[in-house]
Amino acid sequence: MNVLDGNALAGDLAEIFAVDVTAARFVCAGCGHADAVATLQLFGHAPASVGRCPECTDVVIRLVRADDRVFLDMRGTVRLELPMSGS
Amino acid sequence: MGIISRGFGGRRRESVPGLPPGQYLTYDFPVLSAGPTPRIPLDRWRFTLTTETGAQKSWNWQEFTSLKTEDISTDIHCVTKWSKLGTSWRGVSLDTLFEDVETAADYTMVHSFGGYTTNVPLEDLLDGKAWIAFKFDGEDLDPEHGGPARMLIPHLYFWKSAKWVNGLQMMHDDEPGFWEAAGYHMYGDPWREQRYQGD
Amino acid sequence: MARTAVSRRLNWRIGTVREVRQETPTIRTLVFDIPDWPGHAAGQHIDVRLTAPDGYQAQRSYSIGSAWTDGGTVELTVQKLDDGEVSPYLVDVVEPGDQIELRGPVGGWFVWRPAQTDPVLLIGGGSGVVPLMAMIRQRSLAKTMQPFRLIYSVRTPEDICYADELRRRVRDDGGLDVRYVYTRKTPQGWPDPPKRIDVATLNTYGWPPDFAADTFVCGPTSFVETAADILVALGHDPRRIRTERFGGK
Ligand SMILES: Cc1cc2nc3c(=O)[nH]c(=O)nc-3n(C[C@H](O)[C@H](O)[C@H](O)COP(=O)(O)OP(=O)(O)OC[C@H]3O[C@@H](n4cnc5c(N)ncnc54)[C@H](O)[C@@H]3O)c2cc1C
Ligand SMILES: [Zn+2]
Repeated sequence: MNVLDGNALAGDLAEIFAVDVTAARFVCAGCGHADAVATLQLFGHAPASVGRCPECTDVVIRLVRADDRVFLDMRGTVRLELPMSGS
Repeated sequence: MGIISRGFGGRRRESVPGLPPGQYLTYDFPVLSAGPTPRIPLDRWRFTLTTETGAQKSWNWQEFTSLKTEDISTDIHCVTKWSKLGTSWRGVSLDTLFEDVETAADYTMVHSFGGYTTNVPLEDLLDGKAWIAFKFDGEDLDPEHGGPARMLIPHLYFWKSAKWVNGLQMMHDDEPGFWEAAGYHMYGDPWREQRYQGD
Repeated sequence: MARTAVSRRLNWRIGTVREVRQETPTIRTLVFDIPDWPGHAAGQHIDVRLTAPDGYQAQRSYSIGSAWTDGGTVELTVQKLDDGEVSPYLVDVVEPGDQIELRGPVGGWFVWRPAQTDPVLLIGGGSGVVPLMAMIRQRSLAKTMQPFRLIYSVRTPEDICYADELRRRVRDDGGLDVRYVYTRKTPQGWPDPPKRIDVATLNTYGWPPDFAADTFVCGPTSFVETAADILVALGHDPRRIRTERFGGK
């Protein structure tokens, strides 16, 4: 099976967000593990991907790409921390 | 849709008449995956049917495979736009599993090893419309394809045919499963192209 | 329309293939002209989307191999997988003048910037060398002097991508060196038999953990997981190890 990582979500996420979410830190709702979204284990191909916690394999992100919509389910992360350029 | 890529054909496929809208015919067996493939030893396998009152009926592997089996030949339609014609399976009809089960609930949640879930109305499981399959093309079902046993509900998109099934829970109200909660259609009829919520 | 409120989100655009370069019998570099390219960081990638005449589409990610400088190029280097859907098309069919739909540059985590001053350890398997090459080229452009080491696993000597350029850079760019690991066939007189990357390789050729190198590991999924596990077992700080999985078994 073709397992990728969160880096491969960058394109789909960049169509939704103005900042790069793969560099953001998630906190896993299951086990509390925190790391970059890029480190998630990524299963599945377009149209649907599942990002799992590399520590406990709980689902952190689900992304479903329809022709004219994107669904992003992030209930598996209790927080996202995004780097912003400082002021 | 974007520009046509000169000379690009893509994986071998055909747009044959008679397929549900938007589907292509494939000769491979597409694998949709949402997580690591669980390996379930047969002596740890169990399937449990739980009604809305909490009453349970349950089978271990031996009991399950000694139930009446059926051979099924059917087309399958994956939401990733692949269809495969004339696949052959062996499994136990849900009608058999539901014999003597008392329920007033109209909906079910299918559960799998590994945590996957998908919701299916009860009437879509009965009257010869659904099976729990454990053989494909005469062979034991490969873990990649859902072995030891998977749901087979060919009239709905294939994500409803949950791999690695281990249970079914009756519900009064329809609730979304794993993909449905993330945007897939609650029902998933390929002939009405119900891929995503709102379709 | 209320729905189109937001701003800088990325969209698909069209690139034109300006030039193609055969790197090895199975690897080819595509050089693109992309109008209004915003520039990119070393390690970023692009999503490529192909459309067949009947509307069928296939989408894949490819790392950018070139370092960015004003007026520079965007280059993808693709390894052909015989049973693949997209890579044989990019390697065997695409010609200069063809237009290809792209989305990028994307990915802000698996990147190296010349402002990072620590030593850098690059570990690549097969086509995983592509984003690492972008880092080597970026360092060269920036004329910075961080120690750089590339450990590059290939099947045979004929499969080395960018071989001449790597040789030249090791000679001319101070502080860069390259170690090869051959998994199927070694050059004549090579001290080791063919083998996959292992503890001995990374212990011998990698840097010791207290060197605190920024480490980038890239290639097929199983290669990346093996190499990253070995590094952690050898005592390297997991927080300094960045990985990118290309897929496969
Ligand atoms: C972030 C990212 C960056 C990438 N950068 C590059 C790059 O710079 N250069 C490059 O050549 N590729 C790169 N890849 C891999 C690329 O996206 C494709 O997966 C690859 O070209 C195969 O596509 P295909 O359509 O030819 O094969 P497919 O039709 O998708 O697959 C054919 C068969 O090959 C296997 N397979 C799929 N991917 C790989 C793989 N990477 N290695 C070994 N076996 C595989 C599949 O399991 C399948 O059995 C990158 C992937 C990611 C996620
Ligand atoms: Zn976790």
